[in-house]
Amino acid sequence: MDGSDIGLWGVPLAMLAGAIRVSTPFIFVSLGECLTERSGRINLGLEGTLMMGAMSAYGTALLSGSPWLGVLVAAFVGLLLGALHAALCQLPKVNDIATGIGLMLFGTGLAFFLGKPYIQPKAPNLGALDLGAWSSIPQVQQALQVNPLFLIGIALAFALAWALKNTRWGLIVRLAGESVDAALAIGASVGRVRLMATAVGGAFAGIGGAFLSLYYPGSWNEGLSSGQGLMAVALVIFARWDPIRCLWASLLFGAAGAISPALQSVGVTQGYYLFSAAPYVLTLALMIATCSPARSVRGAPAELGAVK
Amino acid sequence: MIDKFNIGRRALLGGAASAVAFGLAGGAQAQKPLVVGFIYVGPRDDYGYNQAHAEGAAVLKKMAGVKVVEEEKVPETVAVEKSMESMINMDGATLLFPTSFGYFDPHMLRMAAKYPKIQFRHCGGLWTAGKNPMNTGSYFGYIDEAQYLSGIVAGSTTKSGKIGFVAAKPIPQVLRNINAFTMGARSVNPKVTCQVIFTGDWSLPVKEAEATNSMIAQGVDVVTCHVDSPKVVIETAERAGIYTCGYHTNQAKLAPKGYLTGAEWQWEKIYVDFVETMKKGGVPGNFVRGGLKEGYVKNSPFGPAVSDAAKAKVEEARKGIVDGSFAIFKGPLKDNKGNTVIAAGTTYTQTEPVLEGMNYLVEGVLGATS
Repeated sequence: MDGSDIGLWGVPLAMLAGAIRVSTPFIFVSLGECLTERSGRINLGLEGTLMMGAMSAYGTALLSGSPWLGVLVAAFVGLLLGALHAALCQLPKVNDIATGIGLMLFGTGLAFFLGKPYIQPKAPNLGALDLGAWSSIPQVQQALQVNPLFLIGIALAFALAWALKNTRWGLIVRLAGESVDAALAIGASVGRVRLMATAVGGAFAGIGGAFLSLYYPGSWNEGLSSGQGLMAVALVIFARWDPIRCLWASLLFGAAGAISPALQSVGVTQGYYLFSAAPYVLTLALMIATCSPARSVRGAPAELGAVK
Repeated sequence: MIDKFNIGRRALLGGAASAVAFGLAGGAQAQKPLVVGFIYVGPRDDYGYNQAHAEGAAVLKKMAGVKVVEEEKVPETVAVEKSMESMINMDGATLLFPTSFGYFDPHMLRMAAKYPKIQFRHCGGLWTAGKNPMNTGSYFGYIDEAQYLSGIVAGSTTKSGKIGFVAAKPIPQVLRNINAFTMGARSVNPKVTCQVIFTGDWSLPVKEAEATNSMIAQGVDVVTCHVDSPKVVIETAERAGIYTCGYHTNQAKLAPKGYLTGAEWQWEKIYVDFVETMKKGGVPGNFVRGGLKEGYVKNSPFGPAVSDAAKAKVEEARKGIVDGSFAIFKGPLKDNKGNTVIAAGTTYTQTEPVLEGMNYLVEGVLGATS
């Protein structure tokens, strides 16, 4: 096995590979949530949207034979669920946290129900680009098999950051999140802005789901998400509502998730339960490190009820 | 016990009890079907553990005078007690199969004490005479025999000398499978090592894919698993172009190129037997075990990549296991820390209870139980 035996170097490489493979759903869901929260609305239902996206993408790819059509349908389903959340939240005296939890349970339950016939069949996969063909080391080649959605996710993070900062549209979204009065003063309809931001945010989460079922791990079943949608929502808070930081945080989470199998595969086998908990420990540690009794959460949109 | 309840519940329980009595006399009352309850921890079409049981249940459904009630996705918590109670009280089930490992203690044992007339048979639990009630019992297949044969195929097929095992939790049944698979591989090629990765739970698709990928990165070229649904592991391995051995059911469809063989359950053998005993007015066995010989387990048909030499070796080992001339676990056997776990001269037959408490990984396995 000359050349392929790279020993402990396998761990950082596996973490990089893990970050590339595992982080895409985190990127899409956290960007979706980031956009939604910047408009002043919180959507805890993205876990449900993720599952609905995964299920509808898998079902569509299976029936049509085209995985990319599945991605589109997942985005559309996410759009509808996001719009539903936004519409419900616009009714008077409706709490968006409670609605979000309701929609999370609704989305997962509906996905399980409608997804029953898709557990067994095998749908076409999205496939990957071989960006590691230049290397002679098989591990590097394997690590650099990149799905186009991952690249789209990175581009989306930068595009979203730019758009929020530099476009009129971004300004209005931020205004709706920071000060309803100011948004009204320039004649923007806060309700409509939030509706659109939440719907688009849902569409992102749907695409994240499509990645799960159509690329990695690449099949539909009921344990598919195991809370990734919820973790991505938490991730937005310590990414300080910044799309670029959401991207880094997602990559970090992906890498943390790859620690346990990577260490076991090179022979570090003691305490793998502890390593399996790495992403959660990381969340807690980052939360503790960034909190302060002296100020409220920095970077939080002022109109966001949850963190006031 | 009924006195503790108020009138409404008493009436309800009374009704249930008569339904139970009625059901037990199934042979005489042919018009009243025997109701059999199945409880699964996951979806029953998962290409895995639950599907294997559901296939057994499907055979029962075709039998005359038998009604099957099923519930899927029941967690290993108090929820399973509620499922059992509703099957007993609402559906009139008199024979229950809670199939997941964690259902046994304390949930099934608690229900068995509450409903002494109902028969509970658990898959995989270690039923102990004298300690556990007589209306409970356990059944299991010695699937390690099939794993040993899969291991022979894996050991004959690997080019790198590294095979891999994605496992959920380090419980005895899983460790026994890992050990048998490794020993099978090393029986044909003593240089083979088997890398094991524990994911921590029965169904974590992302972790399973990650575990498979990190083993592939280490040069592993044959992989098998012991998780609820092998689908993710098998598909990930097939995509990477390495070989796989299946588990629970036949996954050849998922990996037409790389699927070598697999260790499969044949639960219908046990279920049909139990139900026929019940219909005759008897009680199913409390401790039912069997392997290749009894037909409780089998291997999937060989895939295209399996050599004739490997097939011949499998056939030879199978004969030895079936006629009893060959035992998988015999001394001297060392664990992977160098300790002797079975002394020279000791041979454990499959029924040996010591084997059901296995807590070590044998020499040649890379990994640790904690």
